[in-house]
Amino acid sequence: MACPPPSQLTSFELLGFGDCGWGATLLWGLGNSLLIAAGAYALGFLIGIGGAFGKLYGGPILRDVAAIYTTLVRAVPELVLILILYYAVPGLLNEVMVALGQERIILPQFITGVVVLAFVQGAYQTEVLRGAILAVPHGQIEAARAMGMSPLLVARRIILPLMTSNAVPGLGNLWLNATKDTALLAVIGFSELTKATYQASATTKAFFTFYPAAMLMYLLVSMVSIYLFSRLEKWARRGQRDVRG
Amino acid sequence: MPDQGITAARQPNTASQPIAIRVSGLRKSFGSHEVLKGVSLTAREGDVVAIIGGSGSGKSTMLRCVNFLETPSGGDIEIGGEMVAMRPDGSPADRRQIERLRQSLGMVFQNFNLWTHKTVLENLIEVPVHVLKIPKPEAEAQARKLLARVGLAEKEGAFPAFMSGGQQQRAAIARALAMNPKAMLFDEPTSALDPELVGEVLQVIKGLADEGRTMILVTHEMKFAREVATHVIYLHNGVIEEEGPPDALFGAPKSDRLKQFLKTVG
Repeated sequence: MACPPPSQLTSFELLGFGDCGWGATLLWGLGNSLLIAAGAYALGFLIGIGGAFGKLYGGPILRDVAAIYTTLVRAVPELVLILILYYAVPGLLNEVMVALGQERIILPQFITGVVVLAFVQGAYQTEVLRGAILAVPHGQIEAARAMGMSPLLVARRIILPLMTSNAVPGLGNLWLNATKDTALLAVIGFSELTKATYQASATTKAFFTFYPAAMLMYLLVSMVSIYLFSRLEKWARRGQRDVRG
Repeated sequence: MPDQGITAARQPNTASQPIAIRVSGLRKSFGSHEVLKGVSLTAREGDVVAIIGGSGSGKSTMLRCVNFLETPSGGDIEIGGEMVAMRPDGSPADRRQIERLRQSLGMVFQNFNLWTHKTVLENLIEVPVHVLKIPKPEAEAQARKLLARVGLAEKEGAFPAFMSGGQQQRAAIARALAMNPKAMLFDEPTSALDPELVGEVLQVIKGLADEGRTMILVTHEMKFAREVATHVIYLHNGVIEEEGPPDALFGAPKSDRLKQFLKTVG
């Protein structure tokens, strides 16, 4: 295709979906960012639930493993973790595969990205969820136990719904973190929104067009997320009095 | 001082009635502090056993050991003719047995402990539907009958936080009744209530006593204990200081400690 030099295109054309526009690239990047964030967040939630209940109700070994995990992950910069997990873990995995006489495998970038960010999310969610469980009034749990509910049923029917309202503000923060942490995956070459923006502006030199556009997209994602989490919190707080009285 | 003008105390059941709850030689320590030093209690079917005593006497702990909300340190507990299997240290040996026996004991707490994320009706059907596996429509019909009985028919859709303490406690009693328990355990059911709300809750409890329900009641309401109990236990420092029929205990206390106690609370 024969595009005119970028300097002769308007911002509108640069951001558009025409042959010479980068709109599709940016949207593709945004979609990738959201998919990774959602996958990592969901997987991180499962890790967090396991970690929180493990820390509170688990045996000594489970508690120690959970403590080491959350301490390490929260101590190391996420960028470092991403680099370690992205380069070191697949390498280690392949050495194991080779040692077992198996073919080397190449992990899809998307899966690796989700797993790496979920590993980070899981540690933070463990702490948010642990705090949320601890904030459930003990009498609520005691009433359930007194009526013969099994520990699993108490967790599912009483603790989980009651901790939700305590957890939503913290979990909302972590979701916003997750959407922005996807930008760190740009360093390993994953084509999410930040990488796509970088490519577009490096090619066209129109930095002041693409970076503000990307910022706007991140902002939009945040605003929609904040709205949805406030709805979720309202639902989770059903039955509670307004603190303003 | 005990009031002489109240109705005659009900009679304890004869020895022919089966034993609903028996506690023998119950001991409980928190760390090095021994709260219960070998206390015993027998409630036959239809009995109302009131446990009275000062703060820190161990009366709530004794009640909470019956359904293992507190793990005893020693002694035996028998519910509905079934011995609770305990390890040598007093902890329950069989979690499923504890869960099954708890379903036959309706517990009412000082602070109501209704589940705040559920409406009153949802509170009442939670255990019947999810533990006892009663079909939901049946459980709801039963729950509505119980709510009508405690005077809360209008409140089935309300959340506990928006009800008065008296209403919450009546709903909590209905929730316990919804399991169709063999016995009821009351842990200071009126202690957290404003004085003007105590009467409505006591009235509901009295109604249950009148229909011959087996109950163990930890209470500070001496007049009420005298009125509904078939047997009263006075606990002091983890030991049963004195026990007997309410008229004897309140009308002619023998020990100096009980005399002193009745003077201070009377």
